[in-house]
Amino acid sequence: MKYNSVFDIIGPVMIGPSSSHTAGAARIGRAARSIFGRQPKKAIITLYGSFAKTYKGHGTDIALIGGLLGFDTFDNRIVDSIVIAKDLGFDVQFVISEEEAEHPNTARVNIKDENGALEIVGISIGGGKAEIVEINGFKLKISGLSPSLIVLHEDRFGVIASVSNVLSKFEINIAYMEVARKEKGSLALMVLETDQPIDWHVIEEIEGLNYVKRVALLKTS
Amino acid sequence: MKFKTIEELVTLAETSNKKISEIMIENEVEVQERTREDIYEQMRNSLNVMKEAIEKGLTEEVKSRSGLSGGDGKRLANYLEKGKILSGETILEAVSKAVATSEVNASMGTIVATPTAGSVGILPGAIFATAKKLNSSEEDMIDALFTAGAIGIVIANNAFISGAAGGCQAEVGSATAMAAAAVVEMAGGTPRESAHALAIALKNMLGLTCDPVAGLVEVPCVKRNAMGAANAMVAADMALAGIISVIPADEVIETMYQIGCALPMPLKETSLGGLAITPTAKKLEQQIFGCAINPIIQDIK
Repeated sequence: MKYNSVFDIIGPVMIGPSSSHTAGAARIGRAARSIFGRQPKKAIITLYGSFAKTYKGHGTDIALIGGLLGFDTFDNRIVDSIVIAKDLGFDVQFVISEEEAEHPNTARVNIKDENGALEIVGISIGGGKAEIVEINGFKLKISGLSPSLIVLHEDRFGVIASVSNVLSKFEINIAYMEVARKEKGSLALMVLETDQPIDWHVIEEIEGLNYVKRVALLKTS
Repeated sequence: MKFKTIEELVTLAETSNKKISEIMIENEVEVQERTREDIYEQMRNSLNVMKEAIEKGLTEEVKSRSGLSGGDGKRLANYLEKGKILSGETILEAVSKAVATSEVNASMGTIVATPTAGSVGILPGAIFATAKKLNSSEEDMIDALFTAGAIGIVIANNAFISGAAGGCQAEVGSATAMAAAAVVEMAGGTPRESAHALAIALKNMLGLTCDPVAGLVEVPCVKRNAMGAANAMVAADMALAGIISVIPADEVIETMYQIGCALPMPLKETSLGGLAITPTAKKLEQQIFGCAINPIIQDIK
């Protein structure tokens, strides 16, 4: 069953005009900020496919900036996000790509500040649902809608087990899990989607584990 | 899920002597592991968002970023006030509220996607017009949203609800079917009558193409929301009068799915066919974006 909640049909509450080009775009921006963990200072956003062609009329640009400012799909500050970003000194540039992307609604979001940088690729798959398909060059597949935990860690034995031990201790069931690394022994990425909400106690405990570099939580709706 | 088809949903309601909305609420409690109060309050919040969008669209000069839509909701409200109406007051109440909501959506206002942003006006239009006519309580309206959701889930799982997947019949068509079933329940109709209403409504949306001008959710979407609301109200009245749909609801939904699969790609939200490639549409596209969004039309079969 693709749909099992009444709120999949009656929802989301969102700023118009398009569930895919506006709400989905805001969710991509918000996911990027959430993984980055703080307000970025600069963003370069590349739009592909239908996003590139129709972003103006759909407010895709405004929605992406709004998401990067931390606004949810229903937050009407999204409408003023360009002005809010300017006031904060948050510099955003858009690149309109002619390249074919795998998915028609694709955005590559590059964000940084003096302490670091992050690049994610997000796609908007319809009805306001978004997926993050790439983080810092790691290919992955998470919906961004159920709670997703992202753990950047050193590629060492036992790290995956210790993270799942923490989740088990807090009675959190893993619905989906993905691990990726660039090469053996280098930096690795773990993505976990869970059935239960994750609170800061869990994150704190995972952050304290050996070889874990960074933990981010992609918030649910 | 306790139900996969409209027949299962109606039978479940009939055998337990409950409304469709009640079946939906119970299912949500069970499947999502949430409390009834929590679910009900979330739906109340959605109803309030709908109410605010309607009020905004009927009283303010909303305008979309592209300039293609806005102001017709207010125009209809003024027309209604004058009192000389051909089609009927409740129908036009539904239509004006559907247009208002759709225009607020196009102007980047806050809305509830039902089931999508493109078909956003139909359900609130029909529910708020019915509530005005019948003096319904807020609870009746919230229940109606659950009923609409139950119908929408069945359609989404057996066919599709987006224009890109199945044409406008999938998007505005689904919303119209959901609204028809919902207002039947508000008027005291039976679950069986809701099923007939949704079947009658959806039958009259079959084959509708998704061909938005310049790829935007405005032309012809706003006016299709208007007609979806009118269709839902008439279908509801027909079912309440005791008229049955000869073809049962589930077979109509399956037909919508088959037609959606058969619809060629240019008629499924690509702006490569239908109204989107009329001379006026191409001119507007050029004005809004400074270029054609789909320059190579002749290559698409």
